[in-house]
Amino acid sequence: MSQKLDRFTYDVVVIGAGGAGLRAAVEARQAGLSVAIICKSLFGKAHTVMAEGGAAAAMGNVNDNDGWKVHFRDTMRGGKFLNNWRMAELHAKESPDRIWELETWGALFDRTKEGKISQRNFGGHEYPRLAHVGDRTGLELIRTMQQRIVALQQKDKKEFGDAEKFIKVFAELTITDILKDGDKVSGVYGYWRESGDEILFESSAVVLATGGIGKSFKITSNSWEGTGDGHALALKAGGALIDMEFVQFHPTGMVWPPSVRGILVTESVRGDGGVLTNSEGRRFMFDYIPEVFKANYADNEAEADRWYDDQDNNRRPPELLPRDEVARAINTEVKAGRGSPQGGVFLDVSSRLPAEEIKRRLPSMWHQFKELADVDITKAPMEVGPTCHYVMGGVKVDPDTAAADGVAGLFAAGEVAGGMHGSNRLGGNSLSDLLVFGRRAGAGAAAYVKALKNKPTVSEKEIERASTRISEPFTREGGENPYSLHQELQNITQDLVGIIRTEAELKDAMDKLEDIKKRAANAKAEGGRAFNPGFHLALDLENMLLVSESIAKSALERQESRGGHTRDDFPKMDPQWRQYNHATRWNGKKIEVEAEKAKMLPNELVELFEMNELKKYYTENELAKGGN
Amino acid sequence: MAGKVNLRIWRGDSKSGDFKDVQVDANEGEVVLDVIHRVQATQMSDLAVRWNCKAGKCGSCSMEINGKPRLACMTRMNTFEEGETITVTPLRAFPVIRDLVADVSFNYKKAMEVPSFEPPADLAPGEYRMQQVDVERSQEFRKCIECFLCQNTCHVIRDHEENKKSFAGPRFFIRMAELDMHPLDTIRNRKQQAQEEHGLGMCNITKCCTEVCPEHIKITDNAIIPMKERVVDVKYDPVRWLGSKIRKREGI
Repeated sequence: MSQKLDRFTYDVVVIGAGGAGLRAAVEARQAGLSVAIICKSLFGKAHTVMAEGGAAAAMGNVNDNDGWKVHFRDTMRGGKFLNNWRMAELHAKESPDRIWELETWGALFDRTKEGKISQRNFGGHEYPRLAHVGDRTGLELIRTMQQRIVALQQKDKKEFGDAEKFIKVFAELTITDILKDGDKVSGVYGYWRESGDEILFESSAVVLATGGIGKSFKITSNSWEGTGDGHALALKAGGALIDMEFVQFHPTGMVWPPSVRGILVTESVRGDGGVLTNSEGRRFMFDYIPEVFKANYADNEAEADRWYDDQDNNRRPPELLPRDEVARAINTEVKAGRGSPQGGVFLDVSSRLPAEEIKRRLPSMWHQFKELADVDITKAPMEVGPTCHYVMGGVKVDPDTAAADGVAGLFAAGEVAGGMHGSNRLGGNSLSDLLVFGRRAGAGAAAYVKALKNKPTVSEKEIERASTRISEPFTREGGENPYSLHQELQNITQDLVGIIRTEAELKDAMDKLEDIKKRAANAKAEGGRAFNPGFHLALDLENMLLVSESIAKSALERQESRGGHTRDDFPKMDPQWRQYNHATRWNGKKIEVEAEKAKMLPNELVELFEMNELKKYYTENELAKGGN
Repeated sequence: MAGKVNLRIWRGDSKSGDFKDVQVDANEGEVVLDVIHRVQATQMSDLAVRWNCKAGKCGSCSMEINGKPRLACMTRMNTFEEGETITVTPLRAFPVIRDLVADVSFNYKKAMEVPSFEPPADLAPGEYRMQQVDVERSQEFRKCIECFLCQNTCHVIRDHEENKKSFAGPRFFIRMAELDMHPLDTIRNRKQQAQEEHGLGMCNITKCCTEVCPEHIKITDNAIIPMKERVVDVKYDPVRWLGSKIRKREGI
């Protein structure tokens, strides 16, 4: 092997340096282990930085009726009861502690009058629940975690004379393979983006915290990093992905100018009073309140407007319905010819709040529209439309330890993990998810390493296999340009596996993906190895293809509409289908889908709901049998 | 601004490099980063450029555009004259890695040198109480997206390689000011540290950092000057100087 190879050994390797990865690393270090943190970008740039609205945690600072049980109920409703209930339960119970912990590390959230952490309203949450910092909560979260890592390194320097003795951050590094010794993880392999040199980590535990998959779609709020690396790594290591048909299209992405199409407009705009209107000036969301939500959402403007000041005596405005409902409604309005000039709808906060108040509450949005679209949101409405934002599906994990199903030593947390959000994630539940399950994954990995009797070893054969794969894009003859293949892939997923799906289109998508798969296997990198984005993309393509295939195949199987999966040919939600999660696995050549039985809630959680509500989601048989 | 634009791109690595002129399509509403991406996709597939969010929130695509430190994702093409050649180069204050990508590790080393937040020992998590008006001052500095444009433009760093050792730079002065103004941080001598260990005194308030900050943080007025003034107060006021020596704590 002519290529230079760096070798490192760590107790735990965390792939991904967003909220979940950094929280996992902190936990593993605090358990006394050595940790490598791998970021695809520079340290502190991960996609968590983009989260705007806040982190949901039932602290009850603004309305003391809130508590974990209410948060749990909202999460299950948002996910249309397909959620892994144990994950939703842990998340609702532990989120407040994870937020308070951030304050001890220096985070500065916005405050209530009593000096507590302020909490804001958000879609699907019964009470004001999102801890926030203006509309840049994700930045606060990642910076706090980043600074916590630095604090731990400073402590190690003081104590051991070496800041990197226990935690080292490897920036601008991509992992391409998980290595195994029999059925156990033995390390990971990848390359430095800067030099193209290869790198091997020997490690018995690997935490996947790689985030999302948005780059498989054309219109997305995700950055270039969201190529589904962790999803693909898990598949190739023998793990399973669940619920991959559920992709969240955030209802409000920018639609103009074209270059920023898809970039997020935070839900806080609506939480703080912004309204959605069509070209006729009508607040159309009143026309789209689904039966299951009629009891909780106002059916007239007067009541909806009163709600902002008096939440105990009024129902919520329908602009705050869960994201899947709002995204579909916008899609329908635009298709019916009632869209805005640039093909979205109007989101107006200018007529609802004084200009100064808008700038104080939504500074990043004001800034973003002023600088990118030349629109002053204190004077004019924004134009918005759906954008691929989040994948509910992901690595199948054990709720308590975040251990990946089927691969000993592999763990997953954050967006790359599946189950927590069911068929649709509520806004604000992602940041708290990162913290709760990042911590659990770090603890799970630490416990696994400590209990391990024989450390798995990395074989030369495994290294050779991984290394060959990395150099392939340079050795191929006459292969295609990875950029155009990527564009083609994005068009297929966007048009055929997007917000509204049909059997015919999904089948068409699968044929086309199969064709791109063959051509991508021959994608050619020009130039040298050093910081070469074409080379990087040629390797990332395989990940996006595995993810797209998983989404398309799971979507074809599910003959109903639920959350982030809408079938035009099966428009209704069907309790029969709630009984199953789709698990996808890779057999070395293609993705295979299996329907796995979803568990019923245990009795103590069944009791949190009215029977009338449960009837909408569970079959008569299930309810007759009762909780687990 | 639809049509062809002329781009002059610096290409090379730490050893050598040169400008390459290209013509590329630009559409209405685009920013410089879009056009660079188009060059990458159609003419130079190995052109190195760092970027992430494309919305001015992550601070990755810092470069120099016509000699000015900018975020490429926030520099709109319609701010240039028709037919103007747009020159893009990597950040000049840091070593180049390749093409438009600079080695900004200097900043991560400096981050390690600033003592972290030290919480009060007597408050449990959940017991922190702070007023909005008191956290707002620090919150301004926590808006920083670490694009390092301020570091790049600061002439103390940019023009004097030898200063890098003893000068933390504007990004870390706002970090120190942020901690100094944090209502619950227990380290009392942050300003003193800034002055004595991080080179605050070398800043001569030309405000270049404030001018390039894409987050419009008032780095000089709200962080650097207040810290300088208070440090001076203590140093030159004999009573306070004596007080700080006697009490052993430099709570200024």
